[in-house]
Amino acid sequence: MVLVYAESPKGQFKKAAFEAVTYGKKVAGLLGVPCVAITLGTNVSGAGELGRYGAARVLNIADAGLNQLDSQSATAALAAAAQQLGAGVLILAHNSTGKTLAGRLAVRLNAGLVSGVNGLPEGNGSELRVKKSVFSGKAVVEYALTSTVKVLSLMGNAVRPESTGEPVAVETLTVEVPANRIRVKEVKTIEGRVPLPEAETVVSAGRGMKDPANWGIVEELAEVIGATTACSRPVADSHWRPHHEHVGQTGIAIRPNLYIAIGISGAIQHLAGVNNSKVIVVINKDAEAPFFKAADYGVVGDLFEVVPRLTAAFQRFKASN
Amino acid sequence: MKILVCISQTPDTTAKISFNAEGTEFNNAGVQFIMNPYDEWYALVRACELRESLGGTVVALNVGPAANETTIRKALAIGADEAVRIDADPKSAAFVAKQIAEYAKSQNFDLVFFGKETIDYNGSEVGAMVAEHLDLPYVSYACKLELNGNTATLERDIEGGVEVLEVDLPLCLSAAKGMAEQRIPNMRGIMMARTKPLNVVPPASFEEPVKTVKFTLPPAKAGVKLVDPENMDELVRLLHEEAKVI
Repeated sequence: MVLVYAESPKGQFKKAAFEAVTYGKKVAGLLGVPCVAITLGTNVSGAGELGRYGAARVLNIADAGLNQLDSQSATAALAAAAQQLGAGVLILAHNSTGKTLAGRLAVRLNAGLVSGVNGLPEGNGSELRVKKSVFSGKAVVEYALTSTVKVLSLMGNAVRPESTGEPVAVETLTVEVPANRIRVKEVKTIEGRVPLPEAETVVSAGRGMKDPANWGIVEELAEVIGATTACSRPVADSHWRPHHEHVGQTGIAIRPNLYIAIGISGAIQHLAGVNNSKVIVVINKDAEAPFFKAADYGVVGDLFEVVPRLTAAFQRFKASN
Repeated sequence: MKILVCISQTPDTTAKISFNAEGTEFNNAGVQFIMNPYDEWYALVRACELRESLGGTVVALNVGPAANETTIRKALAIGADEAVRIDADPKSAAFVAKQIAEYAKSQNFDLVFFGKETIDYNGSEVGAMVAEHLDLPYVSYACKLELNGNTATLERDIEGGVEVLEVDLPLCLSAAKGMAEQRIPNMRGIMMARTKPLNVVPPASFEEPVKTVKFTLPPAKAGVKLVDPENMDELVRLLHEEAKVI
């Protein structure tokens, strides 16, 4: 069977969990086996809803230590569950939690791991072939997993959650969980917009904005299309915008469906963090800006005129659709 | 304080990526190799800062062929006290993790540093694997690390925020932006690096669970479609009807 770890930060499921279960259901379909979702902690709410995304069974390991992320406890719990259930494939999200756990789980289960897969596998239970993007989006590699147990972590926005099934009852699974060694003191999250690594639409701006006081037009555009705002490195380094908005190689790597880059020249270090975006729109007054080479749509013009015009066009579009 | 910093060698960010005709091997020709930036700027520099304030030893470790010694000497020039090269082609994350763990298991390191990921395979796998081999706690994407006696306080990047946590040493961690500032090696560091010990260790045997089938280059972009700056309704129409992203 295919076992999917459905993560529930602060007890709530987010898109990453629904994507992982949807992907798990498709992998299970390929292999002709059931898809089982597993949740960790005593604070999980709405786990039965995972049935809608394709989990035939939903299990919960109700240990209070698992309410916070300690990679050793979570690995012990998930590995014990995988062994007890005889999982052939274990799926996680390739996010901050998945990156903490996937390598540990692979070692613990003596399994092959491919992290950050971005498409459905081919093959069968004995050899599974999967692809992932490497070299910051400059190449694709296909791997063949031949180990008895296979661990895959799924890149965000790689599959769209599909809610076509019915909720299921949540069963309790009892496994031995060691005491935490990590003590989580505080989780500070920025409320409001969707976090950048998960965002489907991102509006990003660079030095072409000339002054941090000019960001109003970027925020208005983002507001109208429900986008998360981002910025280039020089902008973050000059403290024009907060560091958590910095996308690029050293900042956050993103893969939204739509990335609108405003007044960003498109240095290779910036592209490394954004060129997995599905569609890139570049707005720049310099027709020679290297970013246009990586763009799907380009607007050569003064951003101070073009951006408000684009915002107004989106408003008209929303009003008529 | 005994600190291990695991460094990887990667193609430079600006390198043109290509493969052999069968797509089975990376084409090294004309490629400039560098120390993986996250290993260098964040992991190694923070390790050196801690050694400077608390005393102890920083060991830089690389799994790779003799050609990687230029990168290893750079780690010594930046401030590592000694280096270890495990003499093997770094075939996969699982292979590299096994080699690091085999070396580290008898060494009693207080801290084992990694960069948040490498800029070539972007897997973020090795740190977690080593931590599991060594049965140590692991904190990924750490953007801050302070030590108070045997207790480490860390901040870790999570989606849309940071997590603040405490853990007792020993510990494995991967370092992200914020952990330290890049250091340019100075002439004295470069001179000293030449005489610092660099031990070459043979690899342990390992059975590979994942095979590389083939590398391909992504389909070339169709080319940018320019839209009249006066006509943003047209751009919205294209995004809706053609690109189907809104």
